[in-house]
Amino acid sequence: MKWLESNFELVWQLTLAHIALSVPPIVIGFLISIPIAWVANRYRVSRGTILVVLGLLYTIPSLPLFIFMPIVLGTPLLSSVNVSVALTIYAVALMVRTAADGLESVDKDTLLAASAMGYSAWQRFWRVELPLSGPVLLSGLRVVSASTVSLATIGSVVGVTSLGYLFINGFQRNIAAEVITGIVAVLVIAVVFDLILVLLGRVVLPWSRRERTGSTRASRRQAALLSGGVS
Amino acid sequence: MNLILDGIAWILDPANQTGPGGWFARLGEQLAYTFGAVAIAAIIAIPLGYLVGHTGRGRDVAVSLSGGFRALPSLGVLILLGLGLGIGFRAPLITFVILAIPPILAGAYAGFEAVDRKTIDAARAVGMTEGQIVRQVEVPLGLPLLIGGIRSGVLQVVATATLAAYVSGGALGAFIFEGVATRNYSETLGASILVTLLALILEGVFALIQKLVVPRGVVAREIKEVRTVSSRPRAAVGSPIQEGK
Repeated sequence: MKWLESNFELVWQLTLAHIALSVPPIVIGFLISIPIAWVANRYRVSRGTILVVLGLLYTIPSLPLFIFMPIVLGTPLLSSVNVSVALTIYAVALMVRTAADGLESVDKDTLLAASAMGYSAWQRFWRVELPLSGPVLLSGLRVVSASTVSLATIGSVVGVTSLGYLFINGFQRNIAAEVITGIVAVLVIAVVFDLILVLLGRVVLPWSRRERTGSTRASRRQAALLSGGVS
Repeated sequence: MNLILDGIAWILDPANQTGPGGWFARLGEQLAYTFGAVAIAAIIAIPLGYLVGHTGRGRDVAVSLSGGFRALPSLGVLILLGLGLGIGFRAPLITFVILAIPPILAGAYAGFEAVDRKTIDAARAVGMTEGQIVRQVEVPLGLPLLIGGIRSGVLQVVATATLAAYVSGGALGAFIFEGVATRNYSETLGASILVTLLALILEGVFALIQKLVVPRGVVAREIKEVRTVSSRPRAAVGSPIQEGK
C-alpha cells in the first residue's frame, strides 16, 4: 500500500498506457471478425479453412509473435504498433470462431420469415441475424477483452510500455509490492472492461435479459468457450 | 526475409544445438515444463471438474474461476513467485500449474454437462450405480471435451514457458531474452521460430488425439448445425389415410 501511495502517479500513467494499448485491438478485432465469420459461414469449404487457419494463428505464442511483427510490418523493433497488431491478430483469431457460432445459432425459421417479409439479404443481416446473435457475440467479446488486457503485459518484455513495466521493474528492484500492484491493476482493468461490456450488452440487447429460461444452452456454450483458447 | 533466413541458419548451426546451452536441451526443458505442469494441473483439476459436473454443485464458482483466471497476467504471477521462491524452475512450474488448471477444469465439467440428461436417466433406469454412471457413461462421453481442455492447457503452458527464462528457469525463452539483451536478432528469431513450431506441432497432435478419443458412434458435443434443426414442430403433413384398402 505504501509503495502504491508514493508511486501512484506512475501506476496511473501506466494504467492509461495499458488501456490505450488494449482497447484498439479489442474493438478492431471485433469489427474485423464479423465479416470473416459471415464469409466462413456462407460456404461449407470456407468455414473449415478459415477456422483452422485462425486457430493456428492463435497457437503462435505471444512473445515470438511480438518479435515476428517488425519483420512482417517493417516497423521499428520497439514500436507499440507491433504489440497492437499482434493483439489484434489474437482478438480476431479468438472472436471469429465465436462469431461464426453466433451467426449460425440464429434460428433458420426466423431468417426464412424475414426473407418472406421482404427483407433483402443485406437488411436481414443487419436487422435480424446480427442482433439475434448478439448474446453469443457478447460472450465472445468478453473473453477477448480479458485475454487482451492480460496479454498486453507481455509487451513490456519487448520494451512496449504497459502495466507489465511494474512486473519487470519490480523484479529488477526486488519490490514485491510493485509486482502485486501491477497484477491487481491488470485485474481491475479487466473487470471494469467486462462490466462495461455487460452494461453495453444490456443497452444494445435489451431482450436478452429476460431470456433466462434458455440459459442452459448459453451456459454450455460458455463452458465450451472457456475450455478453449490459449494465451 | 533475410532475417528469417538468419533465424533458420541459427537453428541449423550445430554449435547452437548440442551441449547444456544448446537448443536441444532448452527444448527438452520447455517440454518438461509443459507436460509437468499440465500433469500436476490435471491431477488437481480433473477430479474437481468431474465433481462439479456430476453433482452440478459449485458450477457458478467453477465458471467464474475459469473465466476470471484468463485475465490473470502470467508474467506478473511468474515474477511474483520468482521473488518469493527465488530463481530456478520452481516459480515457473507453479505459475504454469496455476495457468493450466482453469482450462482443464472447464473441460472436465463441460464434458460432463454436455452429456444428455436423458442418457444419464436411462443409465440410472437400467440400474447403474452412481459410480458406474460416472465411469461408464459420463467419463467416456465427456472425454473429447476434457481432451480439448487439456489441449488448450498444454498450448497455454507451452507458449508461456517461453517466459520461464525471465526468472532464470531455462527453456527456449533463454535464447529470446539473450538475443534481445545482446542485440543478436537471429538468435531471438531462431528461438521464436522453434517455440512457434513446437506449439503448432503440439496443437496438431492434440487435435488428432481429440478426434481419436470420441467413443464410437457417439459425439458428446453440442449440436453444431443448429440452423438445420427447426425449433418449432412442423405442421403434420402425411399421406391421407386411404380407407378401404
